[in-house]
Amino acid sequence: MTVSLALLVAAAVLSAVGASLLLTRSLTRILLGAVVLGNGVNLLVLASTGSAGDAPLLYAKVIRNRVTDPLPQAIALTAIVITLATTAFLLAMAYRSHQVTGTDEISDDTEDRLVALRAEFLDRRGELRDRYREARAEHGTDPELSARYRAARRRLRRRVREERAYQARANDVSGSLWNDVLGADPQDYREGLELGSTDAAGRPGPAPARVAGPSNDPEESGREPDSHPGEDSCHPSPDQPDDPEGAGTEGTR
Amino acid sequence: MNALVPLPVLLPLCVTGLKLAIGPRIQRFQRFITLAVLGAVLVLSVLLMVAADRHGPLSVHLGDFAPPIGITLVADRLAGLMLTVSSAVTLLVNLYSLGQGMADRDDQTPVGVFHPAYLILVAGVSCTFLAGDLVNLYVGFEIMLVASFVLLTIGGTVTRIRAGSTYVIISLFSSVLFLVAIAMTYSVAGTVNFAQLAGRLQEVPLGVRTLLEAMLLTVFAIKAAVFPLAAWLPDSYPTAPAPVTAVFAGLLTKVGVYSMLRTQTLLFPGHRLGDVLMLAALASMVVGILGAVAQTDLKRVLSFTLISHIGYMVFGIALAGRGSIGGAIVYVAHHITVQTTLFLVAGLIERRDGTTELTRLGGLAKTAPVLSALFFVPAMNLAGIPPLSGFIGKLGLMRAGVDNGGGWAWALVAGSAATSLLTLYVMAKVWNLAFWRDAPPGTEGEGVVLESAGDEPGDEPGDESGDDEDGGATGSGSGLPVPAGAVVSAGFLGQSITTTKRLPWPMLAATGAAVALGLLYTVLSGPLTSFTDAAAAELLARTPYIEAVLGR
Repeated sequence: MTVSLALLVAAAVLSAVGASLLLTRSLTRILLGAVVLGNGVNLLVLASTGSAGDAPLLYAKVIRNRVTDPLPQAIALTAIVITLATTAFLLAMAYRSHQVTGTDEISDDTEDRLVALRAEFLDRRGELRDRYREARAEHGTDPELSARYRAARRRLRRRVREERAYQARANDVSGSLWNDVLGADPQDYREGLELGSTDAAGRPGPAPARVAGPSNDPEESGREPDSHPGEDSCHPSPDQPDDPEGAGTEGTR
Repeated sequence: MNALVPLPVLLPLCVTGLKLAIGPRIQRFQRFITLAVLGAVLVLSVLLMVAADRHGPLSVHLGDFAPPIGITLVADRLAGLMLTVSSAVTLLVNLYSLGQGMADRDDQTPVGVFHPAYLILVAGVSCTFLAGDLVNLYVGFEIMLVASFVLLTIGGTVTRIRAGSTYVIISLFSSVLFLVAIAMTYSVAGTVNFAQLAGRLQEVPLGVRTLLEAMLLTVFAIKAAVFPLAAWLPDSYPTAPAPVTAVFAGLLTKVGVYSMLRTQTLLFPGHRLGDVLMLAALASMVVGILGAVAQTDLKRVLSFTLISHIGYMVFGIALAGRGSIGGAIVYVAHHITVQTTLFLVAGLIERRDGTTELTRLGGLAKTAPVLSALFFVPAMNLAGIPPLSGFIGKLGLMRAGVDNGGGWAWALVAGSAATSLLTLYVMAKVWNLAFWRDAPPGTEGEGVVLESAGDEPGDEPGDESGDDEDGGATGSGSGLPVPAGAVVSAGFLGQSITTTKRLPWPMLAATGAAVALGLLYTVLSGPLTSFTDAAAAELLARTPYIEAVLGR
């Protein structure tokens, strides 16, 4: 069996392009990747025919052993139809994702995010405690110091709670099954959004999952004007946990 | 008799067309024909199993085209048993979904989505079990997958779209890999028919044959969620509605296991990747069950035990002896039933308390004794407590491992014993948290929605399940405090779910029947093990299958 090198090279290039597109986060790119990858693999199926011959039609004057093998073509046709159906589904899903979350990017799993958040929370708490102990060893017990330590810990806990509540909110949609199934206009979703949520960005979707989490809110992180920026670093720094690059936001990236 | 072979695929597909033609108009008739066709498939499957047991494998060439060109469907003992178990399970799950009122919402949607997709899923599963060539296996997978995409993302909520994305992309990738494997096989052997491949692959150079084996194993391991390729499963399954998760957990992964069993015995006898498979089996068992230990949501716990117990079946396939293959077949049948039952029970708990989060459940043993019994039996069955079928499957596999006597085999025996104990631990943990302890104070009623907004009794077409929901709702109205505004905001997983203290009888009856089916394996363990032993012998001998297809 001889195989055309051009077919193989084309299949390899298309597969490589498709595979790298599949590794991205945006559903639209993934969709394109699926199309390109599917085409590459269909070429590969065709390449298994060997060298090209006559059209595989059976009539009186056909020379049987010069006819192209029809079976790979049938397989490729089946695969094309299936790719078409899957592409249509992916397209619908990307549009739906855009409709309900305002983006077509795939977010991290909620459970995974919560697990990561828990680990981050424990780390930060330990760090705070260590710094508090260091500071206490250096300066002795100081009521202001311990009050600030407690305040920092409270803020940390509150942020975890907010993140959790935010996750729960992100799970909700409009609640109207008709809208959910048919897909309402973004306008309707915006109205639903103004009912339930405080986000005024005007994105479509009742609870945009990728709108910055509570910790990423500029108001939130800038809300501590009295955070003693001039003090030295051995004090427990209250604005440390409010770092905008903190635990909760990493999960969405 | 041979003419019956294509019917388990054709019947559901034709009825799907009929249902779509009827549209959402006659709800009762729609439900009746779904149940009727699933019952017919069950009867057919039993007939095929008995016939394959008596007369050897049945095969049919569609359109009477000879093997390399035509499509071949084969029903041997293994396929017959798988068909029977899967159609029994799908019938029960459908009954359950009717009780849950999933179909009740069909009248609100333009075209009833759930039942047609469900029937296509059944057709796809039957098609993979009956497939006599690689391409038909691929097509069966695709039918099943496209239907499962629809079922998994039904309702199109945020979480389901997210979970669906993972699932769709993984499935798409494994399908593409499968297609590459088919192209390679065809260019090497000039056929995709299993029976012809069984002969021709022996003449192929060893390296190429191993490459083909590795490709096919990778594809099926993704479908079956064997450990390094299983990360998609706990991400995607738990978000779907309970009946969907149940049927996915029971059937879809087992279809991958079945394909592995078929290709490893028929195409690659004396295979060289046995050690790799054993390592994957051990890793699946241990990592999966450790994942289950760490989870606190019942559906996620069950997803991880699913990955873990796939390891047992891969263990049996990897050893490739008559005893181990027989044990693996028993285990597949047992696990389809038990895993589905457990997910159905999780759905019942969700229906009753609005959540499956174990930290928010409690006291169910006192308040819902029937539900507790329905959970307890399959949980113990999964862990492998002696009289139950899980024990029979594990015993067969371990005995095969000890008989094999290799270092890997002993490691796997030890690993499977440890996994069994850890499964018992996980199930005991679930039992303690959700059933045995007192209900945690202040959690009851929080986030629980009594009736979802669009689910007024007036919308119901006036059938028995609608009546049940009414009764349940009035019964629970006094019991649960509803926080103000909870109906809209406290939806669970993106959909306001209906919770009722009194569970609808079709749901309870279906779950009870599934539990009883699991117990039936114990009662019939003698005939079952002799049947699977015969099936394993038939698989390893290969000649009955090849002769039935090629007619020599």
